[in-house]
Amino acid sequence: MKKFGKVLALVLCAAMILTVAGCGNTPGETTSKDGYTSNVTGDSENKGTMPAIPREKVKVGVIHISDPAEGSGYTYTHDLGIQTMQRECQLEDSQIVRKNNVQDTNPTAIENAILECIEEGCNIIFGTSWGYMETMAALADEYPNVIFCHGTGYMKNDTNFSNYFGRIYQARYLSGIVAGMKTESNKIGYVAAMGKENAEVTGGIDAFAMGVYLVNPDAKVYVKVTNSWFAPEQENAAAEALLADGCDVIAQHCDTPNPQTAAEKAGKWGIGYNSDMSKDAENATLTSVMWDWGVYYTDAVERAIAGTWNTDIYYGGMKEGLVKISELADFCAPGTAEKVEEAKQKILDGTFNVFDGVIETNEGTTVGEEGKTLDDATITGNINWYFKNVEVK
Amino acid sequence: MSAFSTFLAPIIQFLIAAILSSTPILYGTLGEILNEKSGHLNLGVPGMMAMGGTMGFLVGYYSNNLILALLGACVGGMLGALIYAVLTVTFMANQNVTGLTLSIFGIGLSNFAGKFALSQSGIGTLKLPDEINSQLLNIPIPLLCWIPEVGQYFAVNIFVYLAVILAAALSFYLHHTKVGHNLRAIGENPAAADAAGIRVVPAKYLNLLIGGGICGLGGAYAAMIISGGVWGSNFVGELGWIAVALVIFAAWKPGRAVFGAFLFGALRVLRYHLTNLILAPAALVPAWDEGLSSASRWASNSIPVAIYDMLPFLMTALVLVITSMRKAKEGLQPASCGTNYFREER
Repeated sequence: MKKFGKVLALVLCAAMILTVAGCGNTPGETTSKDGYTSNVTGDSENKGTMPAIPREKVKVGVIHISDPAEGSGYTYTHDLGIQTMQRECQLEDSQIVRKNNVQDTNPTAIENAILECIEEGCNIIFGTSWGYMETMAALADEYPNVIFCHGTGYMKNDTNFSNYFGRIYQARYLSGIVAGMKTESNKIGYVAAMGKENAEVTGGIDAFAMGVYLVNPDAKVYVKVTNSWFAPEQENAAAEALLADGCDVIAQHCDTPNPQTAAEKAGKWGIGYNSDMSKDAENATLTSVMWDWGVYYTDAVERAIAGTWNTDIYYGGMKEGLVKISELADFCAPGTAEKVEEAKQKILDGTFNVFDGVIETNEGTTVGEEGKTLDDATITGNINWYFKNVEVK
Repeated sequence: MSAFSTFLAPIIQFLIAAILSSTPILYGTLGEILNEKSGHLNLGVPGMMAMGGTMGFLVGYYSNNLILALLGACVGGMLGALIYAVLTVTFMANQNVTGLTLSIFGIGLSNFAGKFALSQSGIGTLKLPDEINSQLLNIPIPLLCWIPEVGQYFAVNIFVYLAVILAAALSFYLHHTKVGHNLRAIGENPAAADAAGIRVVPAKYLNLLIGGGICGLGGAYAAMIISGGVWGSNFVGELGWIAVALVIFAAWKPGRAVFGAFLFGALRVLRYHLTNLILAPAALVPAWDEGLSSASRWASNSIPVAIYDMLPFLMTALVLVITSMRKAKEGLQPASCGTNYFREER
C-alpha cells in the first residue's frame, strides 16, 4: 500500500507541473541539479530554509515500514543507505533513531513513531513509505524546527518538509538489455507488485521492456501481478507460473528474493531488485536493479549540517549514483556488458532519457511526441500503459 | 506433444501449483484442528508457524540435515504451543488474548532470531546448504509421473507427501482411537470427560503441543520452500490466518481440511494460471482459438486482482452462513472451545 494514493497525487502534480512548466523537455535538457528540482523561480540553490545543525547535535529519526532484518528488500535497502550516511557523516550510533514496522496505513502508529523520534531529540526525520505523507505534512507544520523528508511522496512545504525519490527506471532499462540478451525462449517473466494503475511499477515494466526491445525485438515480457508490496508466497507462486509458461528470465518489482530463488530452482535466470540478489540466488541472478539511498541520505544530512538544506524535491538518478545495476554475473550473454555500457553512457550524458519520442503501447496507441521526452510528473504518476512487447498474464 | 497433452498441460500445472500453495495452509489447519478439538481456540497459529519455521530453518542452516531441520520445526512450534498451554490450561488465561499475543510474540521472536543469525553470517544472507535445498526439490509422484508426455508435471516436494500422511493419521486418531475419542469428549464437555475418568489436563497439554508441532512444520514450508531456501523475515505472511479460517471451512475434520486447503490453494494461485486455463481448450478445438484468446485477454486486463485476494475468505463466509442455516449437529466447533476448564468450578 506504499503508493496507493499515487494516482490521485499524480493527477494533481501533473496539473501543477503542466501549468508551471508547459510541455515536456527536449532530450538533453535537465531541470535538476545534483538530483534536486527547485520549484522556486530564480536561483534558490544553496539557499537553506533551515538553520545549520552542528554535527554533534544532529539526530536522525528513520521511520521504516518493515524491519531492516528482512534481508534484501525495500526497508533493508533504505537502512543500508542510513548506515552509509552514518558512516559518511560520522555520526554516533546514538544519533540515529529507528522506528521499525510502522504500518503506513495506520496514522496513529505513524504519528506515535514520529513523536517518539522528536521526543528523543531528532531534528531530521526520514519517512520511507508512501503512506506516511499526510501525517508527516501535519507534523511538519506543528514542529517547524524539525526537518521532515518523505520518500516516494509529492507533498512539501516552504520551510521544513520535502520529498525524495529516484529514477529507478533508468536502471530497469539497463536490466532489460541484460534480460533481452540472455533469453533463449524469448519469453521474459516479470513479477509485479501492483497493476497498471500504479505508475511506479508500470513505468518500471515499460522501461525494462524497452531495454529488452532494444536488443531483442522478438522477445515478449509477461507480467503477473501479486497485488501486494510484500507477499512471499504470492511472489514465489507468480514466478513459478511464469517459469511453467516457458519464461527463462524472471525480473521483479517486489520485495522478496523469492522470484530469484524460484528461477534458480528451475535452472533459469533472473533480474533482482532493491539490493544485489545474487547473494540469494548466485546461479540465477544476472544483475539486480538497485537503490543506493546512501547517496541521498548523506547529501541531505550534510546539507542540514551546512545550513543549506531546503525544500527542493530530490529526484536523483544514475548520474547522482542513486540508482544503478549491480555487477553483471559472468553467465550473462556475451556482449551484454558492451550493450549496457553504451546505453548507460547515453543516459549519463543526457542524450537518452528512456521515455523519449513516440512510444507504442500494447494496445496499439502511442504516447509522447517526436523530439520530446516524458516529463517527471508523467513518469512518476501517469504511466498507466504498457510498452508494445508487454503482455499481462 | 499431442493436442490432448497440450490441452492437459496447463490444467495439471494449475492443479500442482494449487497443491503446493495449499500445503503450508494445510499444516496450520491440521494443527489448529487438534488445538480446537481439545477445547482451545488457539489464535497463535501464525506465531507458532513463525517460531517453528525459524527453528527449522536455523537448525537446517547450521546442521545441514533435513531430518533435524524438520524435527527442529516441530520443536519450535511446540515451544510456542507450550507457552499457550501453560497460560490457558494451567493459569486459565483468556484464550483469544493469549493466542493473539502468541502470534505477535512468535513473529517478533522469529524476526529477532533471523536478524541475529543474519548478522553472524557475514555475507548478508542466510541460505540453506545445497544438500538440503536439493532434498526439498519436487519429487515425481509415483504412477502419475509415468503418464506419457504430461507425466513430467506431476511432482511435489516432500512436505506435501508428509502433509497427506499426517492428515490421514489425524483423521484416524480422532475418529478411530480411544485417546482420540477421549480428546473429542474433552473438547465438547471437559467436565463430563473428567467425571468419566479422562485425565483432562495431560490430554490438553499433549494435543496442544502436537498441534503446535504440526503448525511448526507449516512454518518450515514457508521458511524453506516458498523462499527457495533463503531467509526472509515475516515469511509466514497471511498463511497463518488463512489456516485459522480454513478450520471453520473444514468443519474441524482433517479429511475435509485436505480438500478445503486444496480449494484455498487453488483460489490463491488461480490468478497466475487463469489465462492459460481459458486458452487450454483451443488445443482440442482450434476453431475456438480466437474467441478464447479474447476471453483470456479480457480476464487478464479486466478482472481486478483484488478479487482473487478476497475469494478464500468469501468462501469461508459462505460456509459459515450455510452451516449456521442447516443447524446440523455435525461439523460444528467443539462446544467447550474458547472456555477454559477449571475443575473446582463444576
